[in-house]
Amino acid sequence: MKFIRNIVEKAKVPFEKGGKLEKYHHLFETIDTLLFVPNQTTGQKGVQVRDAVDLKRFMMTVIIALVPALLFGMYNVGYQYYKAVGLTPASSWDLWWVGIQRVVPIIIVTYVFGLFITEFAFTVIRKHPINEGFLVSGILIPMVMPPTIPLWQVAIASVFAVTMAKEAFGGTGMNVLNVALVARAFLYFAYPGQISGDQVWVYLGNHTPVDGFSGATPLALAAQTLETGQNVVASLAAQSADYSFANLFYGLIPGAIGETSVLMILIGALILMVTGVGSWKIMVSVFGGAYGMALVLNAVGANPYMAMPPEYHLVIGGLAFGAVFMATDPVTASQTETGKWIYGLMIGILTVMIRVLNPAYPEGIMLAILFMNVFAPLVDYFVVAANKKRRLKRATV
Amino acid sequence: MSKIIKLRKGFDINLAGKAEHKVSDSQHANTYAVKPTDFIGMQRPKALVAVGDIVKAGTPVLIDKKHEDVKYVAPVSGEIVDIKRGEKRKLLEIVILADKTMEFESFAKYSVSDLAKLSKDELKEQMFKGGVWPNIIMRPYGVVADANDSPKAIFISGFDTSPLAPDYNVIYKGEEQAFQAGIQVLKKFTEGAIHINVNGADEVNPIFLNAEGVQVNKFIGKHPVGNVGVQIHHIDPINKGDVAWTVQPAGVIQIGKLFLEGKFDASKIIALTGSEVANPQYFKTYGGAAVKAFTQGNLKQEHVRYVSGNVLTGENIGQEGHLGFYTNQFTILPEGDHFQFMGWIAPTAKKLSFHRAFGLLSFINSSNKEYVLDTNMQGEPRAFVQTGAFEKVVPMDIYPTHLLKAILAEDFDEMEALGLYEIIEEDFALCEFIDVSKHNVQAIVREGLDLLQYS
Repeated sequence: MKFIRNIVEKAKVPFEKGGKLEKYHHLFETIDTLLFVPNQTTGQKGVQVRDAVDLKRFMMTVIIALVPALLFGMYNVGYQYYKAVGLTPASSWDLWWVGIQRVVPIIIVTYVFGLFITEFAFTVIRKHPINEGFLVSGILIPMVMPPTIPLWQVAIASVFAVTMAKEAFGGTGMNVLNVALVARAFLYFAYPGQISGDQVWVYLGNHTPVDGFSGATPLALAAQTLETGQNVVASLAAQSADYSFANLFYGLIPGAIGETSVLMILIGALILMVTGVGSWKIMVSVFGGAYGMALVLNAVGANPYMAMPPEYHLVIGGLAFGAVFMATDPVTASQTETGKWIYGLMIGILTVMIRVLNPAYPEGIMLAILFMNVFAPLVDYFVVAANKKRRLKRATV
Repeated sequence: MSKIIKLRKGFDINLAGKAEHKVSDSQHANTYAVKPTDFIGMQRPKALVAVGDIVKAGTPVLIDKKHEDVKYVAPVSGEIVDIKRGEKRKLLEIVILADKTMEFESFAKYSVSDLAKLSKDELKEQMFKGGVWPNIIMRPYGVVADANDSPKAIFISGFDTSPLAPDYNVIYKGEEQAFQAGIQVLKKFTEGAIHINVNGADEVNPIFLNAEGVQVNKFIGKHPVGNVGVQIHHIDPINKGDVAWTVQPAGVIQIGKLFLEGKFDASKIIALTGSEVANPQYFKTYGGAAVKAFTQGNLKQEHVRYVSGNVLTGENIGQEGHLGFYTNQFTILPEGDHFQFMGWIAPTAKKLSFHRAFGLLSFINSSNKEYVLDTNMQGEPRAFVQTGAFEKVVPMDIYPTHLLKAILAEDFDEMEALGLYEIIEEDFALCEFIDVSKHNVQAIVREGLDLLQYS
């Protein structure tokens, strides 16, 4: 290790104060600190020893939790491709290969434009160290994109999200909105043709799909029942044998790259809960809120979508992914423990409301989380105000 | 009659190098120092002596020009050999070369029954002159108390839960009489109760059990349950406008001795602790002692940090440094100025962590495992990201992150409303330890307290 350290020390010289490349000091520091934890020690007064945790490890834990869903997403892209074009893959490796070819470029484009161009530029201009936040955002953005998304759109969305959602507010820790969701919302409103509808969720390459292929997601089908008046479960079953409840849970269905498999997402959720990196309160309350709201709509039962069994809401669309990986973003979520329950419940409730009561937007989780991101400080405000009130009451007694 | 208060929140840092229950009288420091920096809130320190002056134990050497009555006195007799100053001539240390045999300034001496007859003003005057007043700390702010206040209660923590903390059964053994006299003196200053808070999980130290005229409260929990601030919060919290006083048992004893024996007795037993000490044990010495004598030939290696106090709230004083006025602990840690290859992701069970993020495996170790921690920062400073962790180590009805952000924003109303009056640095020390974003939490707390106190 000493050998590598020596190389780094030598390379460091021009980046130091007074050196030729001083401007790029923080860029170099990023690489340096990825290789080595710095030799900085604790201060004169105060704690003399520090906990072994740091933000890099914290963020890396989230990435590790994302891996099962990401790998499954790659596989699923290939699976849907072969199914739609009516070819038989020679081996499961072929499925993987299609998925990797599709997904890896999206990830690379996200990192190149989000991290290497935008973040690095801000680091040099604003003279602050690179924040680890984008390590996670850079994986999250591809996972909420449809597999057919044009790469140039990914690039624009990444640049927009990093600039407007994060750096404009001062960087990781200061942002109000979830960066990855801003990227998706940007595309949703700027280029709706490539991120909504029935034609974008299955990658077809240059092939024409087989007869009878629809490409509609379960969410879209559920929304269609408002017009057809059919029972949702029956219409899902009629569409495809893949749309059984169990399969919706396992996730071999069309959808955004990372969001289809509830099983894989729950593995990630388990990692986040055990490590304490993601708030279990938020996850549980999002699912609970959605389930509860669906029950309420069941009771109303004015149309087939309202009558859909509540558990279906939990396995279709992006609800699980949003609940586990997006809503739990500590910076944009509520920061008080009581607030987390309210914040999560509201996300769940709003998601189902948007889905069922406003068919113009088939998926509600994205807007529900962004909406609650904006209201999280207000939720906290009231929770903290209660604490202040307790203190004030004590003083006057 | 005493209630038991159980606290669930907190975190015990179990370090290697606990002091063996053995008190040595063999090592004596050459020099002793009075340091204005020990007394937080001292605004305009002024040395009353010059280099070459001869002093006795109890001779005033320092005052705060804002409170000239309160004298800060020499712990030992001898010659002033150095007056160290820092930037802008800030007074740092008044160093005394100790005599072989100790000479004391003499103060009025009382029997226990006479003591009861003294008025508050007579007591106050002797405490000012005799150098024991700085033992009394005022809440809010955690500064030396103002004698014009009448505190609503006085609180004494009867145990210390910080890492490697000295055992009070060892350091206060046989001081029952002086302790009781001290309580008797303090009683005159408050109309409220004197609370002694003891560890409910252990047998009660006889010195506290036999004290008269006090309210004994039992506490059970993890660190920071031994912090007097946490205890106050659960017994009789400090509201805006309230004043409470806190005194360490050592201070009570010193006050008692001033009246019973008529002298300023700075003798104390300190715990020499830490993983790098060959024979961690207790030493008999005086306040402000130079640490060199205790460490020479007693270290496992040379690249170490010398900490006056414990690892959470202590101060790096260096090899030639002197112990603080309030501390009864001295900790030696390995310096951590080394690089760790891929240290931010490598799995480890050796490094202690409150968290369980990927690869931090210390949570699977038994709670008896003793850790060797060095002074490395273990990462770089960042903006606040993680939420919900600080709350788990502050056993009070306070939102630490919100309070810290209010301080950083210099929002006075928020600081007050969120409970800054109830805490001092040590109560948030664990937040600083566990912080993912490596903030200097304790420095921020002091910044807020200064803002509230002086502007």
